[in-house]
Amino acid sequence: MTDYKMHLLICGGTGCKAAESDEIKKSLKNWIDELGLEDDVQVVFTGCFGFCEKGPIVKVMPDNTFYVNVKPDDAEEIVKEHLLKGRPVQRLLYTDPVSKKAISDSKGMNFYKKQLRIALRNCGFINPESIDEYISRDGYMALGKCLGELTPDETIKEIKDSGLRGRGGGGFPTGLKWEITRNVESDEKYVVCNADEGDPGAFMDRSILEGDPHSVIEAMAICGYCIGAENGLVYIRAEYPLAIERLKIALNQAREYGLLGEDILGTGFNFEIDIRLGAGAFVCGEETALIHSMEGLRGEPTFKPPFPSVSGYLGKPTNVNNVETFANIPVILNKGASWFSKIGTEKSKGTKVFALAGKINNVGLIEVPMGTTLREVIYDIGGGIKDGKGFKSVQTGGPSGGCLTKDFLDTPIDYDNLIKAGSMMGSGGMIVMDEDDCMVSIAKFYLEFTLEESCGKCSPCRIGNKRLHEILENITNGNGKEEDLERLKLLSNVIKDTSLCGLGQSSPNPVLSTILNFEDEYLAHVNEGKCPAGQCKALLKYEIIEDLCTGCTLCFRNCPVGAITGERRQPHYIDQSLCIKCGVCYEKCKFNAIRLS
Amino acid sequence: MTKIKTVADLKRIKDEVQSKIKLRENSDHPEQIVQVKVGMATCGIASGAKETMKYFVDELEQQAIDAVVTQTGCMGYCYAEPTVEVTLPGKDAVVFGYVNKEKAEEIIDVYIKRGELIDGVIPITFKTIDD
Ligand SMILES: Cc1cc2nc3c(=O)[nH]c(=O)nc-3n(C[C@H](O)[C@H](O)[C@H](O)COP(=O)(O)O)c2cc1C
Ligand code: SF4
Repeated sequence: MTDYKMHLLICGGTGCKAAESDEIKKSLKNWIDELGLEDDVQVVFTGCFGFCEKGPIVKVMPDNTFYVNVKPDDAEEIVKEHLLKGRPVQRLLYTDPVSKKAISDSKGMNFYKKQLRIALRNCGFINPESIDEYISRDGYMALGKCLGELTPDETIKEIKDSGLRGRGGGGFPTGLKWEITRNVESDEKYVVCNADEGDPGAFMDRSILEGDPHSVIEAMAICGYCIGAENGLVYIRAEYPLAIERLKIALNQAREYGLLGEDILGTGFNFEIDIRLGAGAFVCGEETALIHSMEGLRGEPTFKPPFPSVSGYLGKPTNVNNVETFANIPVILNKGASWFSKIGTEKSKGTKVFALAGKINNVGLIEVPMGTTLREVIYDIGGGIKDGKGFKSVQTGGPSGGCLTKDFLDTPIDYDNLIKAGSMMGSGGMIVMDEDDCMVSIAKFYLEFTLEESCGKCSPCRIGNKRLHEILENITNGNGKEEDLERLKLLSNVIKDTSLCGLGQSSPNPVLSTILNFEDEYLAHVNEGKCPAGQCKALLKYEIIEDLCTGCTLCFRNCPVGAITGERRQPHYIDQSLCIKCGVCYEKCKFNAIRLS
Repeated sequence: MTKIKTVADLKRIKDEVQSKIKLRENSDHPEQIVQVKVGMATCGIASGAKETMKYFVDELEQQAIDAVVTQTGCMGYCYAEPTVEVTLPGKDAVVFGYVNKEKAEEIIDVYIKRGELIDGVIPITFKTIDD
């Protein structure tokens, strides 16, 4: 076994690679060999450190020195000074923007504090199919503490004091919801876990159930104890087979240990959990529709009030919470409300899990304290925009949310700020768009989803969204008019005001937010017949540049609709009224004589 | 499984499991026991984590390397799936990305057997509640 004394880790992420990290590695190795250190120091490439703004990055282990903006020429100094003489190269250290001090040990860098895993604490750490591993990480201790030491009211107070708000989208204070359900008199009550997760691109809840199912089971039992329920139901979409399987295994293990069932921990408290499978309809994530679906009825929402807390499953008081909301509960009770409420912003406590997707380098699952800015999420954690392209917009809140511009990059993420910015937290999908994305088409994409998923019960949502979609379709086809923008806004507001459930009430948000933030792009479509991002096919025009055309006839022979005419060895010509914008000529031309405009 | 009847029982199990893990870490032959965790959430499995896990189990057994291979949930680095975390005794855990069969072979030959890092280490970028 070679026993290296030191490791040099060089970021091999796309951003740093583009900034010569290959050269740096070569140069470092040359100097290490030159000075005969090859048996003591090893140089390796790593994945993205997620600090691309300051790349390329070189980290020295074991002392955790973190060098930023390293150039190939710096290699000599790093090797001679740091590796040989043990003196870190001061000028390459990261300087804290606030204290203006150089930080040598990266553990002290803010950047390492960007992600904090509370709901995901066990995901990727324990074996989800082993209840013992969960127990070894304080699993079921919170349940034990509540049953043994706290009354339901004391437990609810702890949750209220923590400031935890629902992670399923609405952000309703969890402790308050529990209290309301507790205070309704009834012979029977239910705890429901909402694992429908219908947002396109979202997979936070799935990951929690796949990686740490016991945390949800424990929290549901605690909720049952607090509100006075003996039965819990997990509503999960059938498209999540692995999550369902792991949940079933976990439920069986909990039963075998007697942590579910009768007389739990000898306290006389009984609790059982069942699984209900959903067919994967977005509207079934709405709590009243979800309850109807569990009752065997059509998954259609009904008017609130009565809220499920008063009259829910089978007409009994029912407490519905999201998977991630539940996953926070055991930690809050183990570590205390005051520990939790120190994290986050004034009105949004704790952390939020996001599924980062779209044109971003580090697609994945992240968990950040509330109050982290979008810039930190996208550039520091997400590793920036793919292929070095420019950032255009970030979509939060899925089909109910909005698209934010770069002006909002420094907005701290919390429930209230996102709403103020014209979007919403939603369940945690976060889709990043670059300069090649057409915002009108994006709005159209989300509306298509809504149209597909609307249950059709009320007309503003069923018909109104259809009309919205038609107008957008016209605009992207080049048949839009400037008045359409006003019509879109008017109709959107009517749909928002008059729809029955949250789906309809929020469905025009992508349209409204793109009009608000990207009006010039809409105007370019309707007034100039142009799609600035070059996405709307109908608005593209293929033209032959006469000077470059050699008259080879290749395009003429390949055009499927015969829109190209011209004599051999003479410049050709495209008849725009026949062209179907398939782009074949553009691909075939060997002389770059075809232009897209 | 015996039932857990009291909070004291629960604590006892916790201690037992923790000491079992400790034992694994501080065993008589620490240089021989290696822990491998394969990220087996939907994202990992879709990228081939099952094959990767099977490869580790088979290969480590065949080469008579004393190791525990377990599955775990999503580590969050979905762009680099399959991801595998390897903990050599007495060392910090190291996460590798894009672990297909070839990479797994390299991890066993170079990192597990010789203790040399290889390209493709994924820096851990989050804090946990224990920090
Ligand atoms: C159209 C629509 C879809 C929803 N989908 C989900 C979902 O997939 N998961 C979820 O937890 N909440 C969803 N909700 C919110 C639920 O109605 C409910 O507010 C939530 O489950 C309550 O849990 P919480 O307080 O823990 O957030 C949706 C709401 C609407 C209007
Ligand atoms: S708003 Fe849409 S989804 Fe909601 S009840 Fe009305 S038609 Fe159904």
